[in-house]
Amino acid sequence: MDICVQNITKTYGAQKALDELSFEVKTGEILGFLGPNGAGKTTTMKAITCYITPNEGDILVGGKSVMQSPDDVKQNIGYLPENNPLYLDMPVMDYLAFIGELQGVDKAVLETQLQKMVRICGLNAEKHKKIGELSKGYRQRVGLAQALIHDPEVLILDEPTTGLDPNQIIEIRELIKEIGKEKTVILSSHILAEVEATCDRVLIINKGKIVANGTPDELRNQAQGKEILKVGISGGEKNEVYNALNGLSEIDVVSFAEDNNQLLEVESQGGQSSCEAIFKLCSAKGWYLTQLTPVEKNLEDVFRELTKEN
Amino acid sequence: MKQIWIITKRELKGYFDSLMAYILIVVFLGLSGFFTWLYGNNDVFFINRATMQPFFGIAYWTLFIFIPALTMKQIAEEYKTGTIELLLTKPVSDWQVVTGKFLATFSLIVISLALTIPYYISIASIGPIDHGSVLTGYLGLLLMSAAYISLGIFASSVTSNQIVAFLLALIIGIFFQILFGISASAFSGTTGDVLGYLDMQYHYQSIIRGVIDSKNIIYFASIIMLGLMASELSLVKRNIN
Repeated sequence: MDICVQNITKTYGAQKALDELSFEVKTGEILGFLGPNGAGKTTTMKAITCYITPNEGDILVGGKSVMQSPDDVKQNIGYLPENNPLYLDMPVMDYLAFIGELQGVDKAVLETQLQKMVRICGLNAEKHKKIGELSKGYRQRVGLAQALIHDPEVLILDEPTTGLDPNQIIEIRELIKEIGKEKTVILSSHILAEVEATCDRVLIINKGKIVANGTPDELRNQAQGKEILKVGISGGEKNEVYNALNGLSEIDVVSFAEDNNQLLEVESQGGQSSCEAIFKLCSAKGWYLTQLTPVEKNLEDVFRELTKEN
Repeated sequence: MKQIWIITKRELKGYFDSLMAYILIVVFLGLSGFFTWLYGNNDVFFINRATMQPFFGIAYWTLFIFIPALTMKQIAEEYKTGTIELLLTKPVSDWQVVTGKFLATFSLIVISLALTIPYYISIASIGPIDHGSVLTGYLGLLLMSAAYISLGIFASSVTSNQIVAFLLALIIGIFFQILFGISASAFSGTTGDVLGYLDMQYHYQSIIRGVIDSKNIIYFASIIMLGLMASELSLVKRNIN
C-alpha cells in the first residue's frame, strides 16, 4: 500500500511545523525519517495516522484520503506513537485484545493473532502482568505488538527502539526488516546507525521541509563530491614526499593530516581517483605505503551538514 | 456502534478493576440507605408512609457529588498519558470515544441504582406504595445522572489535570443544581423564566412527583447532547490553532 504525501502544510500558531512537504513511499519500502528535534517528523506521522489534519494538502494511503475517509485509512495503519503511550492499568493480553477489537480483527482470528504477537514480540513471560509493572523495554514490545495486531499494510513507528537494550534493538530491527519486505514502513529515529541499518531510503527533514531524499549510499555520495584519501608514505623525507604528491596531475590539494603529521590528506581532482598514481609514484621512488584509506563521509556528517543552523 | 461498545466495555471494566466502582457502590448505598432508613429526621419511619421520596431526595445530592469523581479521569487522564493519540489513531471517531465513555459511566450509575431496588421492595412490603412515582423517581435520577455525566466528561475533556476536571464539573454542576434556581427568584420577567427553566431541581422535582412533561425531557436531553457535543469539540480542537 503506497503512501503519497502531497504538499502538506501544518501551522501551530505562527510557527510552521510542516511547509509544503511532499514525498511518496512504495509498498515493500522502509523509509527512515531523520531530522533534528522539532523538524516535523512526529507531526508528519500524526498527519498520516489522521490524528491531526494538515492545514493544506492531502495524504493518500492506498489511494484513500486522510481527509475524506479517515476510518479506512486508520484500519490499514499500525502506529506506534512517540513515547509509546499505554493503558498502564490493563493486563498485557486484555490490552492487546482491546486494540485488536478496535482495529476490527475478527473474533475467530483474534486469539491466534494474540498468540502470534506474544511470540513475535517475546512477551510470553509477561503476558499476564499489568502493563504498568513492565520494564521500559517490555512496554516498547507491547507498543509494537499493538501496532502489529491487525496485520496492517502500513506500519508507522515513531522512534521504535528507544529504551531497548542492544540485543532487543537488534531483534526489533530484524523484525522491522522482515515486516518491511511486504509492507510499507515509515520509521523515525535519532540514531543514524539504526536508519542506515534498517532503511531502504532516508528522508532528512529540517524546519518542515525535505532537505535530502535517497538511499543512505546516495546521500553519502552526494555529500562526498571529491575523493579524499588518507595517505601514509615511509621511506622518504616528508617534504620530498609532499612535493612529489603535489606534482601528480590527478591530485588537487595535499595537506598534512590534523591529528597525525606522519599522514597526508590528499584531495583528488573532481571525478578522478589518484590511488593508482600514488602507488606508481611510490614504487618509482622506492618508498612504501603504510596507509591508503579513503575518507568516507558518514551519514552523521551528511545529517549535520544539511540541518545545521546557518 | 460496535466501536462504542468496545470502548464502553473497557471503561466499565476499568471502574471495577480500580476499586472505583466498589467504593462508589458501597458509599452510595450506605449514604442513601442511612438517610432513607435511619437518620431519624425525614426518613421513612419518621414520615410514617410507604414512600421512596426520602431516597430520591438524598440520591439526587449523592450522585451530584459522585459523578464528577467518576468522570474526572475519563478524558483528562488520556491527555496526560498520551493514550488519546493511541485511541484516536484507531478506526474510531471522536464522537464514538466520547459516547463510549459516557455510556460506561452511565452503566455504572445504572448498576448502583439497580442495587437500591431492595429498598423499594422493603418499603413496598411495609405499606401501600405509589408504584408509578417510584418508576418516575428512578427515571428522574437516571436523567439527572446522564446530564451530569455528560457535563463531567466535558469538564474532563478541557484539561489534562483530573483535579481541575473534578472541580470544574462541580462548579458547572452547582449552577444547574442550585444557583440557577436561586437567581431565578431574584429576577422577574423573561430572565427569571429562563433561569427558572435552567434549574435542574425544578425539572427533577416535577418528574419524581410523577409528572413527565415533554419540556422536562427536552431539558435533560439538551443538556446531555450539549455536554457530549462540547466534549467532542474539545477533542477536535487539537486541529485548531
